[in-house]
Amino acid sequence: MSTEPSKADVPIVVEFTGGLELLFSNQRKHRLSLPSIGEKGQPANTAFLVRYLCENVMEDKRKEMFVIDGTVRPGILVLINDADWELEGGDQYELKKNDNIIFVSTLHGG
Amino acid sequence: MRSSKTRQAWRRPPVSFVRPHEPLIVRSKNHQKLCRTCFINIFETEIHNTITANSLFFPGERVAIGASGGKDSTVLASVLKTINERYHYGLNLILLSIDEGIKGYRDDSLEAVKRNAVQYDMPLEIVGYDKLYGWTMDQVVEQIGKKGNCTYCGVFRRQALDRGAARLGIKHVITGHNADDTAETVMMNLLRGDLPRLARATSIVTASAASDIKRSKPLKYAYEKEIVYYALHKGLDYFTTECIYSPEAFRGSARTLIKNLEKVRPSAILDVVRSGEDMARLVPEEVSGAFKSGKDILVVEGEAEGAGGCGSANGRTSGGEMADMEKQLLENEKVQENETEITLKGQKHDRNCKNLNHMPRKLPKQQMGKCARCGYLSSQDICKACLLLEGLNKNRPKTQIQVSVERKTVVQR
Repeated sequence: MSTEPSKADVPIVVEFTGGLELLFSNQRKHRLSLPSIGEKGQPANTAFLVRYLCENVMEDKRKEMFVIDGTVRPGILVLINDADWELEGGDQYELKKNDNIIFVSTLHGG
Repeated sequence: MRSSKTRQAWRRPPVSFVRPHEPLIVRSKNHQKLCRTCFINIFETEIHNTITANSLFFPGERVAIGASGGKDSTVLASVLKTINERYHYGLNLILLSIDEGIKGYRDDSLEAVKRNAVQYDMPLEIVGYDKLYGWTMDQVVEQIGKKGNCTYCGVFRRQALDRGAARLGIKHVITGHNADDTAETVMMNLLRGDLPRLARATSIVTASAASDIKRSKPLKYAYEKEIVYYALHKGLDYFTTECIYSPEAFRGSARTLIKNLEKVRPSAILDVVRSGEDMARLVPEEVSGAFKSGKDILVVEGEAEGAGGCGSANGRTSGGEMADMEKQLLENEKVQENETEITLKGQKHDRNCKNLNHMPRKLPKQQMGKCARCGYLSSQDICKACLLLEGLNKNRPKTQIQVSVERKTVVQR
């Protein structure tokens, strides 16, 4: 594996559930091609993905439903390839080709 | 394997196809890293422990699961079914669902419950507000607008669950209230200084002297996050949209506080629940209205408790009340800064409790009796539901026939 960040985009699949899909044109599954380098020149990580989603994919104006204080809102779970993102490095995890990221909201009635 | 229908959860591939022992879950309470199988096992075992430690059930008991189609009740049904079989509780489980008559919300979530009934092989009973009260929530909102409608729904729901159970001859209803819900309720009642409710908020079993239907919360110590993980990893099917009439549940200071606490120190949720239990024990009996019956501490429940709660409120107040409370606290603070002797709105805060001139406020004890109209248990002559209905019916257009609450009859089965 090359140690240099690839210049090509990173294809990933992002899923929204628990009501979050309402913010993203009611679409649960999104196939994205994420730029491999973030705004500050670092490799694309989950933090960057979240910002990217807010700016480019979110249809709804209510950003605070998804992001608060620059990070994912408390109560929204993030799974990277089925694992809790805490196990993968949280918002510092660097995205790889064909990763599957799921955002699950727990903020609704049961 | 992935379902394309927007309202169904996707089906996870069986464990053996995925790297079977890879840690996928980090537990909030202790940062333990678990694989899917172990997590599911531990989650189910802990609920089993809660049930046995509190002697919630007896063999042969018929139990109704309050099912809304949401994550908590779906997980509750799934776990109960599993551990009922595994540990031989000998329970007869039935799904009990309430139809408030809200188009675009309840009709969809009821579809989820119907699917659950098939998936878990359980009978399903649906109780509708229209049959019980002659009013759907859509009609109520049309009449009174969107302020205060949650109060109506909460009062109606509480009775509806009891009546539904009574219709089936069932004396025990279980609900999916989780640790987060309980922590929030504790926090809110603390902030409001509501001692009686604080005493009741953490009881795992609640019952009353007049009604013979008791309620328990087997998921009381389960983190909401883990409930969602359980549903996800087991591929459970549940419904996720908020009630269209509720004030946005995304707001609500108590919930935000609990969520932020969880972020900083995940064990905080259970710690708040345990503190709430300790505080409840400190509340004097004449305040809480509690009576001790053998081993269990059964607690008398009030009428407008709303603990049966709608999807978003779930034991919490509406966003409006919290906002009012916050406003008042802010005003109080500003007034204190002026450093003049001012009696704050409400009670004068007496720091010196030993002041002999200060008589403790006597809180009225609840006397449980029966409603004169419908026979439902009530501490007043006429129960809250009948009162609300009276108001609604008075203003109803004259062309429609007035209705009243279905009379409670004793069902012998």
